[in-house]
Amino acid sequence: MPNAIRIRGLEKVWTNGKRALAGVDLEVERGDFYALLGPNGAGKTTTIGVVSSLVSKSAGEVTVFGHDLEREPAAVRRAIGLVPQEFNMNLWEPVQEVLVNQAGFYGVPKREGIKRAEACLDLLGLRDRADSLVRELSGGMRRRLMIARALVHQPQLLILDEPTAGVDIEIRRSTWALLRRLNQEGTTILLTTHYLEEAEALCRTVGIIDQGRLLEQGPVDILLSQASVQTFVFDLAQPVACAPSWEGISCALADGSGYKLEAAVSADLTLNDVFTAFQQSGLSVLSMRNKQNRLEEFFLRRVGRDGTHGN
Amino acid sequence: MATESVQANRVAYATLVSREIRRFTRIWVQTLVPSAVNALLYFVIFGSLIGERVGDLQGVAYIDYLVPGIVLMSIILNSYNNVVSSFFSAKHQRYLEEILVSPMASFVVLCGYVSGGVVRGLCVGVIVMAVASLFGDLGVRNPIGLLAYAVLTAILFATLGLINAIFARSYDDISIVPHFVLTPLTYFGGVFYSITLLPPFWQSLSALNPLYYIINGFRHSMLGVADVTSGVALLVTLALVVAAGLCAWWMLVRGIRLKH
Repeated sequence: MPNAIRIRGLEKVWTNGKRALAGVDLEVERGDFYALLGPNGAGKTTTIGVVSSLVSKSAGEVTVFGHDLEREPAAVRRAIGLVPQEFNMNLWEPVQEVLVNQAGFYGVPKREGIKRAEACLDLLGLRDRADSLVRELSGGMRRRLMIARALVHQPQLLILDEPTAGVDIEIRRSTWALLRRLNQEGTTILLTTHYLEEAEALCRTVGIIDQGRLLEQGPVDILLSQASVQTFVFDLAQPVACAPSWEGISCALADGSGYKLEAAVSADLTLNDVFTAFQQSGLSVLSMRNKQNRLEEFFLRRVGRDGTHGN
Repeated sequence: MATESVQANRVAYATLVSREIRRFTRIWVQTLVPSAVNALLYFVIFGSLIGERVGDLQGVAYIDYLVPGIVLMSIILNSYNNVVSSFFSAKHQRYLEEILVSPMASFVVLCGYVSGGVVRGLCVGVIVMAVASLFGDLGVRNPIGLLAYAVLTAILFATLGLINAIFARSYDDISIVPHFVLTPLTYFGGVFYSITLLPPFWQSLSALNPLYYIINGFRHSMLGVADVTSGVALLVTLALVVAAGLCAWWMLVRGIRLKH
C-alpha cells in the first residue's frame, strides 16, 4: 500500500533565484503522526505548500496515497485537509457557512455538508458560535475553526502548519488531544512546529529540515537514542565556588550565585550515576530539571545551532 | 471515477455560485441600489430634461435611444465589479486558498465566479429596465436577442473582472480599469449617442472600440436601430467572450499571481 506522502528530489527556486528547497526526500507512512521540524526559513512551509498545491514546485516528485501531484491533482487535494499557519478566512462569513461552503468545494452536497459542519463544530467546541461572523471570534476560536474547516471533507491526511503557535496552554492541550484522537481514528497527520515539546509529546516520526534539505528522518525514539548528551540544571543546597567535573559529566555554573549548576551528561550515564558523583563530592541537590527537552537538544545539535555542528 | 469527479465539480460550482450570490445580496444597498439611482438620474436629466430638446435619434425618441445604452452600461459595470472585488478580496485576505487547495477544476472556478457576476449584472439590468419603464414604453423588438446580448456582455465583463483581479496586487489596481478604461470606452462606445453624429475620423476610431459593437447589438435587439448590423456585433461579442474566457482559464490553470 503506498505511503501517505512520498516526496523525491523536491526543489523550489523562487523567482528571485533564492533556493527554498534543495532536493527534499521525505516519506510519511499511512496512519503516522509526523513532525517536520526546522528553524525559520528552513523550508517547512514551502514543503507543505507544494504538497497542498499552494506552491508550484521547480523539480521533483510528490505523491499522496499513490496519486501523483502533477497527473492527479484533484485526487491529491481531495485526500488532504490543510490548516495553514496564517489566518485565511472571510471575516464577514458566518462560521457554519464557512464549513458548509468548504465541504461543497470538495463536492460534498449541501445537506450532507450541513451535517458534517455541525459535527465539526461540536468536535471543536464551536457549536454555539455557528451563526456568528468569523470576525466576531477570538483568536483561539479562529484557529479551531481553521481545523474544523480542514476536517469537514473528512481527509485521510491532515497537514497543520504551526497549529498551536500563539495560542494559550489550554487551547494547545485541547488541540493535542484532538489531534491524538484523529490520529487514533486513522487520519495521517503531518505537522510543523517550533515547539519541540509538542513534537516529542505527539509524534511518532520526526523529520528535521534545514536550508531546504531533510537532514534527518525517523522514529522519535530512535532519533532520541542518538542524542549523545543531555543537559540538566541542578539547584544546590549549598553554593559551590567552581564547577566540578567527572568523567562523562561536564558542569558549569549557571549563574554567579553558585547555587545553580548546569551539567551536560553523556547518554551512556544514568541519573543515578550523576547523583552518586554529586553525593561523593558532598553536593546536596534541592531540585533539578531538563535544560531543554531531549528532542530540542537533539534538534539543536543536528542543525548546528548549539555552537557545534551536527554530523 | 470520472462521473464522481463531474458530480463533485457540479456541487462545487453550485456552492461557489450560491456563495457569490449571497455575497452581493447580503450587501444589496451597496451592490444593487446605486445602479437604480444612477439610472434614475440619467433618465431624468439626459432623458426627460435634455432629451426633449435633442429630439429623435435614428428615428427614435432620445429617451428611448438612451435606455439600451444605460441598461447595458449597468450590466457591464456590475458584472465586472462583482467579480473583481469578490475575487481580489479572497486573494488579498487569502481565503482564496480555500478554493486553491480544493479539488475544484480551474474551469469550475472560472465558471463559478463568472456566474456570480452574470447574476448580479442581470439583476441590475432588470432593475434599470424597471426604472426605465417609468419614463416610457419599453417595446423590445427581439427579446431573445436582447437576453443573449445581456448574458454575453455580463459573461465577458465578469471574465475581464476576474482577469483584472488575478493581476491586481492592491485595491488601487482593481479600481484603475473600471474608472480609467471601462467607463471611457463605454461612454465613447455610443451609450448616449450614435457615432454617425461624429466626424469621420472619430467614427473610424470608435469602430476600434469593442464596446461600440456590443452596445449597438443590444440596442438593435431592443429598438431595431443601430450603427452596425446585429450579425457583426454578435460575432465581435462572441469572439471577445471566447478570448477572455481562454485567457482567464489559462491563468487559473497556471496559477499565475495566485500560487507562489
